[in-house]
Amino acid sequence: MKNKVKQIARKILHQREITVFLIILLVVAVTTIIQPKFLNTNNLRSIALSVSVDGLFAIGLTMALILGGIELSVGGVSAMTCVIAGYLALQGVNIWVACLASIASGLIVGIFNGFMISKIGLPPFIVTLSMENLARGMAYIITTGSPLSVSGHLPKSFRFFATGYVFGVPVLFIIFVVISAITFVFMKYSKMCRNMFYVGSNENAARLSGINVDRVKIGVYVIIALISTIAGLLSLGRFNVATPELSKGAETTAISAAVIGGTSMTGGVGGVLGTVLGIFLLKIVNSALVMMNVSVYWQEFVQGAILVLAVTIDYLNQRRKGRTSYFMKFLGLDKVVRKTVETD
Amino acid sequence: MDNTPDNTILLEVKNLTKVFPGTCALNRVSLEVRRGEVHGLCGENGAGKSTLMNIIGGVFPPTEGTMKFDGKPFSPKSPKDAQDAGIGFVHQELCLCPHLSAAENIFIGRLPSKGDRIDFKKLYADADAVLQTLDANFSSKTPVNKLTVSEQQLVEIARSVSLNCKLLILDEPTSSLTDREVTKLFQLVRDLKKKGISTLFISHRMKEIFEICDRVTVLKDGCYVDCMNISEITHDDVIRAMVGRDLGNLYPEKSSKIEEEPILKVENLSGNGFENVSFTLKKGEILGFAGLVGAGRSELMRGLCAIDPVTGGEIYLYGEKQKFKRYRDAVKKGICYLTEDRKNSGLFLQMSISENISSANLEAVSRRSWIIKRLEIKLAEEYVKKLSIKIPGLSYPINNLSGGNQQKCLIGKWLSTKPKVIIMDEPTRGIDVGAKCEIHNLLRSLCEQGVGVIIVSSELPEVIGVADRVAVMHEGKLAGFLQGEQVTEENIMTLASGASLS
Repeated sequence: MKNKVKQIARKILHQREITVFLIILLVVAVTTIIQPKFLNTNNLRSIALSVSVDGLFAIGLTMALILGGIELSVGGVSAMTCVIAGYLALQGVNIWVACLASIASGLIVGIFNGFMISKIGLPPFIVTLSMENLARGMAYIITTGSPLSVSGHLPKSFRFFATGYVFGVPVLFIIFVVISAITFVFMKYSKMCRNMFYVGSNENAARLSGINVDRVKIGVYVIIALISTIAGLLSLGRFNVATPELSKGAETTAISAAVIGGTSMTGGVGGVLGTVLGIFLLKIVNSALVMMNVSVYWQEFVQGAILVLAVTIDYLNQRRKGRTSYFMKFLGLDKVVRKTVETD
Repeated sequence: MDNTPDNTILLEVKNLTKVFPGTCALNRVSLEVRRGEVHGLCGENGAGKSTLMNIIGGVFPPTEGTMKFDGKPFSPKSPKDAQDAGIGFVHQELCLCPHLSAAENIFIGRLPSKGDRIDFKKLYADADAVLQTLDANFSSKTPVNKLTVSEQQLVEIARSVSLNCKLLILDEPTSSLTDREVTKLFQLVRDLKKKGISTLFISHRMKEIFEICDRVTVLKDGCYVDCMNISEITHDDVIRAMVGRDLGNLYPEKSSKIEEEPILKVENLSGNGFENVSFTLKKGEILGFAGLVGAGRSELMRGLCAIDPVTGGEIYLYGEKQKFKRYRDAVKKGICYLTEDRKNSGLFLQMSISENISSANLEAVSRRSWIIKRLEIKLAEEYVKKLSIKIPGLSYPINNLSGGNQQKCLIGKWLSTKPKVIIMDEPTRGIDVGAKCEIHNLLRSLCEQGVGVIIVSSELPEVIGVADRVAVMHEGKLAGFLQGEQVTEENIMTLASGASLS
């Protein structure tokens, strides 16, 4: 019995997610001590909102990275779909119909990405980089460069998803949590998503295991494009404006969050939970900086520092396989882990 | 061996110990290489050969123990130190810059230059001179990726020779060479020997050790077992030292009852790399495919399973004509193919053992589209037990396992699909002697249970020892079948090289 508890404890402490979670707690604790306003409802809400949209992109990137690819067009696709829905709404089209058009365009993007990567065999980096330009370019063409204000053209019911509250919690955040939960469960337990891991881990072996590699790839890129579309539509409702500049550079934050959360750049390893914690860490640190009156210009710098630190530690850790992580040592938890190992 | 090596010792390793976190890779190992000697190093996978080589090559330092090289104490801190001292190390996986010319690879890091400009004239002249001494018949201007594997190996050896090395370490140099290339390599080693250069030769293959080495040192589980003079011993002595016990019969008994009923019948199958191949696989037999590298054996098998497209021909399984559009269809009908390249196209290295075992048959461990972890674990446990795979735990990444156990996991993975025909390409490549034997026995027992077994192997003793009937391929065509007494190395090689049997 005791052994079992220890075994479970060891398993938990070895998880990347726990490490990130503990660091988040640490950041929150330190900031709260310095600036108790940090835990204000208002501030928590603003963190929740900032996590939501970037978090959706991060989930998309997690899938792409696990598949052994990358997806740089998430921002562009969200801008395009946002602009399409906004433009149609301005023309007097029913917003829900406009959404369908938007989703259809997202679907086309996903199929195109997947097709070029799987059937033609182009590198995902190039395909999605082009797509970022294609999609964002489409957004510029439609808007002729200037943001379209759609205020007054969106019904309350549509805006509720982006700006409403349920029991004081932003609906936008609830949507993010629901999508995270769904993807989390799918990635862990569905056959379809397991194939994604197999392909990412070793494409040849996947093919030789009878897995339809092309179908898996197309499927994943379609799902990512659809998630980006959702992000685009939510942004439209949230800001009441359809701008081609939407989510520019969002993919970099998304990649950072995924990697901090333990997703491997080489494919086959990773998960949504880590990514969600990763995006939380980034956004909480940003907010903490603001709360401590650090200039916003530091945010980008700190994000870079966190990423490089996380990756370095990860790398050193891999190199000394079998040893406890520096994070754990730093937190004084390595001894606990080692003890449980020894008593095995 | 006509010229007996003089007895001064070139490399002396004494009581070398290397501890990695968690394991003791070497435990007080000693090794002695004489001047001008070809010294073999044998041991199963995990016996510590690579660790020992890496210490001698300066890749990492020993935990304890001393080394002497050329009469002087020797403790290299980096591969460069070892190189400067006169040790040339040709790794099993060649490390060359594929886009650069052979010359640039040979003189990498020390290109001749005039001021800041590379003196290409001198570079190519010097490189050609070195290659000439090694009897190479390609220009040093050739980019390395245009060379064959054996030529690339020659480039590596040339690099070591041009550094005036006194000891050349060859780590499993023959694993990707054809027989003809091996002969050439051995001639080269003998030539170097005449020039007084010692060679440390690591190999799994007894035949090669006995052909080329003067003495052989055997390691087992990180410990020194014995150092023997080749002229005084037999294959069995070395194997006994490696395994620590008698293997008895190296290969399982041949089939006692081959039924006439064919499991698989292939007619005039053609595709990329093979044409008009027809054969039948009878119930109760193991059919072996032999031939030189590039004879189209793997291509044939891949075409048969619809992994690669075929241009024509028919496949019958239990008399029923099959039309496979993709590999999945073949798997569903009960034909499966185990790759020759375990690392690159067999295993999901970072994924767990249970996830690897279930990867070909997720249907069996899921309900509708959801994977049931409990079933997945159960399936993995079943095959781990059935095949007596040694594992630390089902949730460990599969790259923690030895080659033999990895291969067994792959076999388990495919057995879980309940195959009717199992095709194994190089079933025991890179696997140590003990595990080899177990896999051969396993194939035999599968065969007795009525599963059709086809093996493709470049190791002649394996084909001869395991298969009941041997199909020999030559340049994409079937050169002939051999059975019973006819199955000899000579006959196989005759057919494989395109000649006909007299």
